[in-house]
Amino acid sequence: MATEVQERQTQESSAAPESRRLSRDAVEDRVFGVLRRIFIAGFLVVTLFPFYYMGLLSVRSLDEVIQDPGALWVSLSELNLGTYTSVLSSPDSGGQGFLVFMRNSALVAFGTVALTLLVALPGAYAVSRLEFFGRRQVSVLFLAVYLFPSILLAVPLFVAFTRLGQRGSLIGLLVVYVSQIVAVSIYMLRNYFDTIPESIEESAALDGCGRLGIMWRISLPLAMPAIVANGLFVFMIAWNEFLFALLFLVEDRDKWTVSLGLSQLAGSIEIPTTVLMAGSVILTVPIIVIFFASERLLTEGLTAGAEKG
Amino acid sequence: MSQGTEGGTGSAAGAGETDSDDEPRRGGRGSMRRSDARAGLTLISPTLVIVIFMVVLPILWTVLLAFQPLSLLSLATTGLLGTDFTLDNFKTVLTESGFVGSLVTTLAYSVLGTASAIGVGLVAALAVRRPFRGRTFVRAAMLLPYVAPVVAATFVWRTMLDPQFGIVNYWGERLFGWDEPIAFLSQRSSEVSVLGLSFSLPTALLSVIAFEAWRSFPFAFLFLMARLQAVPEALEEAARIDGATPSQRFRYVLLPQLLPTIAVLSILRFIWTFNSFDDIYLLTGGGAGTDVVSVRVFNYLTARGDIGLASAQALVLAAILAVLVGVYLRRFAPQEERT
Repeated sequence: MATEVQERQTQESSAAPESRRLSRDAVEDRVFGVLRRIFIAGFLVVTLFPFYYMGLLSVRSLDEVIQDPGALWVSLSELNLGTYTSVLSSPDSGGQGFLVFMRNSALVAFGTVALTLLVALPGAYAVSRLEFFGRRQVSVLFLAVYLFPSILLAVPLFVAFTRLGQRGSLIGLLVVYVSQIVAVSIYMLRNYFDTIPESIEESAALDGCGRLGIMWRISLPLAMPAIVANGLFVFMIAWNEFLFALLFLVEDRDKWTVSLGLSQLAGSIEIPTTVLMAGSVILTVPIIVIFFASERLLTEGLTAGAEKG
Repeated sequence: MSQGTEGGTGSAAGAGETDSDDEPRRGGRGSMRRSDARAGLTLISPTLVIVIFMVVLPILWTVLLAFQPLSLLSLATTGLLGTDFTLDNFKTVLTESGFVGSLVTTLAYSVLGTASAIGVGLVAALAVRRPFRGRTFVRAAMLLPYVAPVVAATFVWRTMLDPQFGIVNYWGERLFGWDEPIAFLSQRSSEVSVLGLSFSLPTALLSVIAFEAWRSFPFAFLFLMARLQAVPEALEEAARIDGATPSQRFRYVLLPQLLPTIAVLSILRFIWTFNSFDDIYLLTGGGAGTDVVSVRVFNYLTARGDIGLASAQALVLAAILAVLVGVYLRRFAPQEERT
């Protein structure tokens, strides 16, 4: 491309300022080409290294880490998977009890997904398709909820649940999560419902299908990719959540989620960092797996929608 | 609206469908519309109930709490709405020495955090703009910091930045010749001398800002990349033929196209950073000059159990945010309309 431009411009004029600009163009092209490679490599290192380091520390023994903190890899002979058994086993047998934390996290996360979808799917369909009184206001309200500072919400919810004596309950936390996520979930699902052509629903209506029948038999199956992607998205938020878990569950170790457990134990001097790194890996791996799965699903869902539209 | 045209050209059934917002409906369809309105309200009502009871009413209640001298201990004996209202909490908040400083820290953190996240995101989006081998992987990898659990990410960062056995200090001393380990997260400020000029840098604050940039640049990256893909190829090609160099093409062709996106991103990131609690609480616990307001609210709420003061500070924080966002929208909204 650059040579084409050069040819054109040398034909047009061969004046000195022109040629200087040409060289500037070529120089910039080359400089940015090199810079681009450097930046891509740099970005890869910066984004991936912390995760690599997390995995690395989780399989080294503490003594080796203290002796040689700068090591960038671990030799097979030094490989130490005892950290994982130590972090997973129950406190009675000298471990950290992450298995219980994982159960709690899974309970809260799956519960949040189920409840959020149950509430958000009809809501998203209504906002996308049905003309009802206050539809616009509802959308504005949801946007406001989405942008609302959670720390401001933390105060009254903490006080209210303390007062009701429900602060330590996983169910209470689940309801809080649903209320925080349902707005953004509706927003995402609505966008997808909007891409499903109305004509499909009309033909079902002509065949005598009622509004709820249309929604159940036509729109929901068509929106399945978006529903799955949205469910995974909700799962990730609930699994990662920290502030409300801290406020609600901190007093009872048996109810800690993985996030909360890791954050609470991270301050302790007695627990080796390598063991806690194994905990971090356990906390992070499900999210990375889901992320790669849902990224593909999301694009598939979107392209499918485009074909149908 | 594409649905409208489809309905017009399609089968006869197109006449009575319920989609378009703007077209007046034909007669005989009133019952369908009424039943739709009913169904709509029914379907949205579970969400509305949850949002009203778990978000709207609690926020209104916070306003009441902020005007009462209320502690966690006295909570059980006070009525739901309270009786003795006073302005004392706000007086304390605004005259207390810590709050204003904390607010300044919050502002510095959110402005610098937002700017660097968007700046880094822009560079990343430009770098992976053109196709190359492994682009899909690079793109996914760059989103990882944003999706990874914040507790795990902060824990790794804390370990990496640790003065004793952190890998950053280890290689810093060997590669860059640092005289002594830097306590990135627990040192309020450090003297730095460049070319004989020495000045002090807020070490811990800069570290949490760097973390914020690392963690949220993928968000900006995602949006800016989507916008970049939508810039018509012809625009740049025309500029190229006119002899514009790559930097000029960026400055005069791409950047104007990206500005509306950058404006939206700035406001979203600013709102989130201004209120963010997790990152700083987990990295520094609010110590060493990183005492942002949200961490303060949390400490007043849990450690001191002073509900009144916690509510008042949270409300002041929200009010300031609302004012800042309002000013920003006023200043920039007309520009967005033009583009």
